[in-house]
Amino acid sequence: MTQPIPPAASTPPRLVLKDIRKVYPSVVANDGVNLEVTPGEIHAVLGENGAGKSTLMKIIYGVTRPSSGEMHWEGKAVTVDSPAHARELGIGMVFQHFSLFETLTVVENVALALPGKPDLGELAQRIEEVSKRYGLPVDPRRHVHALSVGERQRVEIVRCLLQNPRLLIMDEPTSVLTPQAVRKLFETLRQLAAEGCSILYISHKLDEIQALCHTATVLRGGRVTGHCQPAEETPASMARLMIGKDLPVCEHGSSHSAGEIRLRLAGLSHATADPFATDLRDIHLDVHAGEIVGIAGVSGNGQQELLRAISGEEPLAEKFPVQILGVESGRMNPGQRRKLGMCFVPEERLGRGAVPGMSLADNAILTAAKSQHFVSGGFLAFWRARAFAENCIQAFSVKCGGASAAAKSLSGGNLQKFIMGREILQAPKLLVCAQPTWGVDVGAAAFIRQSLIDLRNRGCAVLVISEELDELFEICDRIAVIAKGRLSPPRPAAETTVEDIGVWMSGLWPGSELGEPHATPSAEVSHAPA
Amino acid sequence: MDASLFSSMLFATVVAGTPLIIVALGLLVSEKAGVLNLGAEGMMAMGAVAAFAVTHHSGNPWLGVLAGMFAAMAVALIFGFLTLTLQANQVAAGLALSIFGVGLSAFIGKPFESIALPAVPAIRIPFIADLPLIGEALYNQQALVYLSWALFWAVVWFLYRSRAGLVLRAVGESPASAHAIGHPVIRIRYLAVLFGGAMAGIGGAFLSVFYTPMWVEGMVAGRGWIALALVVFATWRPLRVMIGAYLFGGVMITQLFIQGSGMQLDFPAQFLSSLPYWATIIVLVVISRNVNTIRLNSPVSLGKPYRAEG
Repeated sequence: MTQPIPPAASTPPRLVLKDIRKVYPSVVANDGVNLEVTPGEIHAVLGENGAGKSTLMKIIYGVTRPSSGEMHWEGKAVTVDSPAHARELGIGMVFQHFSLFETLTVVENVALALPGKPDLGELAQRIEEVSKRYGLPVDPRRHVHALSVGERQRVEIVRCLLQNPRLLIMDEPTSVLTPQAVRKLFETLRQLAAEGCSILYISHKLDEIQALCHTATVLRGGRVTGHCQPAEETPASMARLMIGKDLPVCEHGSSHSAGEIRLRLAGLSHATADPFATDLRDIHLDVHAGEIVGIAGVSGNGQQELLRAISGEEPLAEKFPVQILGVESGRMNPGQRRKLGMCFVPEERLGRGAVPGMSLADNAILTAAKSQHFVSGGFLAFWRARAFAENCIQAFSVKCGGASAAAKSLSGGNLQKFIMGREILQAPKLLVCAQPTWGVDVGAAAFIRQSLIDLRNRGCAVLVISEELDELFEICDRIAVIAKGRLSPPRPAAETTVEDIGVWMSGLWPGSELGEPHATPSAEVSHAPA
Repeated sequence: MDASLFSSMLFATVVAGTPLIIVALGLLVSEKAGVLNLGAEGMMAMGAVAAFAVTHHSGNPWLGVLAGMFAAMAVALIFGFLTLTLQANQVAAGLALSIFGVGLSAFIGKPFESIALPAVPAIRIPFIADLPLIGEALYNQQALVYLSWALFWAVVWFLYRSRAGLVLRAVGESPASAHAIGHPVIRIRYLAVLFGGAMAGIGGAFLSVFYTPMWVEGMVAGRGWIALALVVFATWRPLRVMIGAYLFGGVMITQLFIQGSGMQLDFPAQFLSSLPYWATIIVLVVISRNVNTIRLNSPVSLGKPYRAEG
C-alpha cells in the first residue's frame, strides 16, 4: 500500500476551527478544539467513543451549534446554522447512521438533498455517471430498503459527491464494510483528495488512519490531545494519544479440547413476514463447551434474525432446529431457554438488554430472578436482587451510582459491563452475545473480551456475533460467516485470515454457490488452539 | 333493481362519501408528514358550524365554505402549536381538540338550531350528465363533489410526483434525516397540519351547507373518526381512501334504503345502522393486509414528536 503523501504545506487552509466549545446539559462534549484542514488533505479525527468527534462534525455540518468558538471557511468567518447552509458552502457529510429514507428509491433520496427541482430521469443518469467515475456502483431505481448496508453507504457518498463538495466529512465509514469494500472506499477517497477535495475522516481504527490519512487530530474527553502525521506513528503511539495509556491486550490462554455440544443448530431455516428482514436458510452449527465460536458478517445479513431464533424471541415452528444442551427447544420461549442454562446478551443495550428507566437491581431481576432465586413464596426478595446487582457492579468494575442507579444513566461501556456481568455471574452453560463491544471504549472492550475468554476457560460454551473482525480473531476459537441468511462452515481462527473471512462475507465460501447443504458440523476437524 | 333506483342510490352514495374523501385526504397528507391529528371530528364540527353561520348571514354558500375552512384551520393551528412547538403528545392533544371542537361548535351553534338554509343547486355538466344510468348520479352533483375528485388527483400528484410531496414523505419517515439534509421539519409539519385542518373544515361545511342544509348539534356524527380510520386501514394510500369512503357511503345508503322501504327485518335495525362502520373497516383490512405495502406506505415517525438538536 502506498504511503499517503501530505499536500503542499503552503496552501491556505480551507477550514479552520478556533476554540470550539459545546456544552450539553450534563456533559462538555467539546472543549477548546482547534482544527485546520487544507485543500486535498485527508485529515483524521481520531478518538474513542464519547471523545466528542461526532459532536464536532455535527457543528461543522450545522446540525448543532457550538456554545462558543469560531469557524472559518476558505478564509472567512462563518456561522453554519443549518445543514442546508453547510451544503451551500460546499460541505458534505456521510453519516455513521445513514440519513436515508428506506421507503424511497435511490434517486428520490438523492433528489431530496439537492436544491431546486431536479428531473428524476436526468438525475438518475448523473448518479450513474458519478458512480462510474468513482467506482461506486449503485442502481438509482431501487428502493433503499432493498439495499445492503454497503450499497446504502455508496448512495450516501454519491449523494454528497453530486453536490461537488470541497469538504467531505466521513463519520466512521468503515464500520459496516467488508475489508475488501474498505479498500475500494479508500481508493475513492484518495481520488477525491487528488482532485482537491478536503476530507475529514472520523474513526477509532488506527490501521485505517495510517493507511489513508495525511494528518490526524486526536481527541480525548472533548479536548485535543495531539496532532500527528499517522505515517510517522505506530498504532501503539497513536493509541497512547487516544486513550492516554497503552492498548490493553487480552490474554487468550490455551484452549481446552472441545467438550460436549451445548448448542446445536440443525438446519435452522426461518422465513420472516417482514420484507425488510432476512430469511434464515438451512443453518448448521455446533458450539461445544469450552470454546468461543464467532459469527462474522456485514450487518443486515441475518444476524438479528439468527439471534432472535436462538434466544427464543421469535419461536420457530419446529423443535429440532435449535438444540440447547441437548434439548430440542425450537418452540420454547426465552424464559424456558434460560432455564436450560442459556444466557443471552442482545445487541441493543437500552430497550432490549436493559429497561432504560429501571434501576440496575430491577434490571437484574429481569433475567436472573429464576437462576438466582430472587423469588420465594411468590414474593420478590429485593435485598437478594440488590446484593446480586452490587456483586455485578463490583466484579465487573461498573462505574455507576450504585445498584439503584437507572440503567439509562450509565455510559454505553459501563452498562454493557453490567449486562455482561449480570449474565456471566449466573454461571451460564451457554452464553450467546451480540456485538459485545459495540460503541464501548477501548478499555471496557478489552475487559469484556477478557471476561468472555475467562468464561470459556471455565468450560462455558460461548457464541459471539460481531461485525468487528479484529475482535473475533482476538477471542474466537472458530469463526463462521453469515451472508444473506446462510452460514458458512466454521473455520479454526488460527487457520484462517482476515482476507479469507472478508471474501466469505460476500457469500463466497467454498460450496456456498452450489446450493447443497453444508457438510454436517460433526464432520469438521476439531479446532486448534489459537 | 330498476334503473332509477340504482341511479338515485349511486347519487346518494357519492354524496355520502364526499365529506369523508375530503377530510380523509387532508388527514392523509398530515399523517404522511408524521403528524397524527385525532382532532378531525372537532375540526369538522367547527367547520360545519362556521360555514352554516356565515352562509346564513351572507346568503352565499361559498363564503360559508371559506369560513368553515378557516375556522377548522384555526383549530388545527392550536393543535400544531401544542404538538409541534410545545412538543405535547399528539394523541392526547388530538383527543382534547376533538372534544373541544365538538363542544364549542354546539355552543356557537345554539342560535342556529332549527333554521334551514335554501338548498344549493347542483351543477350539471353538459353532455356527460346525459349518459344513461350513471350520468345523472355522477355529473349532476354539488360543486364540492367535483372538488373532491380534483382533490384526489391533486393529492396523488403532490405526494408521488412533486418534489414538495417527496420532502413531506421524507419528513414523515425520518424527521431526523430530513433535518440532517436541510429540510425545515417543523415548518413542513405545520403546513401539513394546516392543510389537514382546511380539508376537515371543507368537509364539515359540506355537511351543514350542502348535504343537509341545517345545523344540528352532533351532526358530524363520527365522520371525523371514520375518516381517521379510513386513512389507517387504507394504509395511507389515496386510492384506497377513496374506495373506502365510497364503500362507507354505499353501505350507509343501502341500509337507509332498506330501513326506509318498510321491509320486514328478522334482526334489529341497529345492526343495519352499524353495518357501514364495520363493513368498511373489514373490507379495507382485508385488501390492505400485505405486510410489504404496509411497511412501504405507513409513515414511520407517525405520532412521534420531533425536536431539532442544538
